[in-house]
Amino acid sequence: MDLNKLTLLEAFAGLREKKFTSRELTLACFEQIKKQDDKIKAFLTLNEEEALAQADAADKLLQAGDSVSPLLGIPVAIKDIFCTKGLRSTAASKILENYVPPFDATAVKKLRDEGAVILGKTNLDEFAMGGSTENSGFFPTHNPWDLDRVPGGSSGGSAAAVSADMCFYALGSDTGGSIREPASFCGVSGLKVTYGRVSRYGAMAMTSSLDTIGPFGKTVEDIALIMKYLAGRDEKDSTTPNISVDNYPEEIKKDIKGLRIGLPKEYFVEGMDAGVRDRVLEAAKKLEELGAEVIDISLPHTDLAVAAYYIICPSEVSSNMARYDGIRYGLSKQSGDLLDIYTNTRAEGFGAEAKRRIMIGTYALSAGYYDAYYKKAMQIRTLVREDFDSAFEQVDVILTPVAPTPAFKIGENINDPLKMYLADVFTIPASLAGICGLTIPAGFTDNLPVGIQLLGKRFDEKTVLRVGHQYQSATDWHRQKPEIK
Amino acid sequence: MKLTIEQVEHIAKLARLNLSAQEKAKYAEQLSGILEYVDALQAVDTAKVEPTSQVTGLTNISREDRVIESGISEELVAGAPVNRDGYVVIPKVFENK
Repeated sequence: MDLNKLTLLEAFAGLREKKFTSRELTLACFEQIKKQDDKIKAFLTLNEEEALAQADAADKLLQAGDSVSPLLGIPVAIKDIFCTKGLRSTAASKILENYVPPFDATAVKKLRDEGAVILGKTNLDEFAMGGSTENSGFFPTHNPWDLDRVPGGSSGGSAAAVSADMCFYALGSDTGGSIREPASFCGVSGLKVTYGRVSRYGAMAMTSSLDTIGPFGKTVEDIALIMKYLAGRDEKDSTTPNISVDNYPEEIKKDIKGLRIGLPKEYFVEGMDAGVRDRVLEAAKKLEELGAEVIDISLPHTDLAVAAYYIICPSEVSSNMARYDGIRYGLSKQSGDLLDIYTNTRAEGFGAEAKRRIMIGTYALSAGYYDAYYKKAMQIRTLVREDFDSAFEQVDVILTPVAPTPAFKIGENINDPLKMYLADVFTIPASLAGICGLTIPAGFTDNLPVGIQLLGKRFDEKTVLRVGHQYQSATDWHRQKPEIK
Repeated sequence: MKLTIEQVEHIAKLARLNLSAQEKAKYAEQLSGILEYVDALQAVDTAKVEPTSQVTGLTNISREDRVIESGISEELVAGAPVNRDGYVVIPKVFENK
């Protein structure tokens, strides 16, 4: 039996029944990483020594037979946007190439407190700026389903690692689609949470008014379990409201009879891949068979969302990236005066996309332009948010495609930033509205995985997870595995 | 709108980025394209629309003003590229009189 192919819940059951040990699970993951990661390039840093020590500690607790956390002894991969105590944390940027934080991000600490085994840090677009993982300062990650293609991004390393069974689940972050798009491209499940549902303390900030933290899993059931431990108020992140955390693993067991699911007409546009469109419509049919009612809806300001996003995001990027100055941490070009240290460190440390967004944001926020750009974008954001708010008076969940195409070729869009930005056209509106969204596999087009996106009300993760789990109980798209070659 | 090389240089200066001549030319073109795209928003009448800066509904979140020992202050300072005796070292910014 290939232990690394188990789901999180299967691994937990096996550990509890003493069919295998956490050390065996951990070694199976590292074996798969060693066999496949020279082709896939999902990981930036491995944490082998500490992971095996964590596994042995978990095995001791399991031996003692006490009641244990379902996450105890189960290997997880962490997107390298999170600070991990004593383990290099780069954000895939040359500017943090050798940065070792002395503290854990809250999300990482929560998993560590449950006894998780931390395998290592996964690749991303530099500081999560991108949708293909090609903007990594180190190397691109390859899609396990077709090594010539991107895994999506920015959490491409995490999505690829779950898809290739190098881990049981992974942490990612989603600002404009960075969990949902790679989950779709790699054929795994991924949840973008409601803004504020999961603490971002210790995750490197990109677009502070939009950034969210969430899990990738092999099944929605696994994600529901992980969310039970990730969600909730954190005093160290002032954007996390004190709203009670639902019992997701129980909630998802309910059927979806009578649930109202909206299909927004603006998400079925000219130029989108026919296979992508058909898979979404087939999924709608399947959900109808399961008892849901599918209703046509309209989100009229959809086509303005990408433009608003590409003002809001770069503006906040230009501000958040100001901290990388060569003084407090990371790369430092020590010559000349203070200004030279700033400009030379940043010139050498940031990659092309980071510089591009810093420049756009600096321009948009510069004297005389604030009203025309940032304020205008925030007003458009209101219109997009109101679209969803009124749609959710009619429906419980909204079903859409994740991206207009399946995974594209590495290099295909790299010299055309605008074309790359438009790949986020179906994920960005939900980000601006701050609502939650789940991607789950729903079939294939041209032998590449296609996901669907289930959008839910703010803090209603339980309902999108429930629809996703009921869909996965009736289909086996999520059980399909890539043949890596 | 089309950005000139001079405008790109001005933005780079504000952003504390040292750009090569090649980068300046590339960004002048790419940024112009992106700005042209986002300019589509100007056509939308938003005179009566309130801006949304975030969606949590939370305002002015504060906690009790008391010292909590992080326990890692020495390690944080030691992470600075140049540090000495628990201080971050930078080049002097004021001339001696």
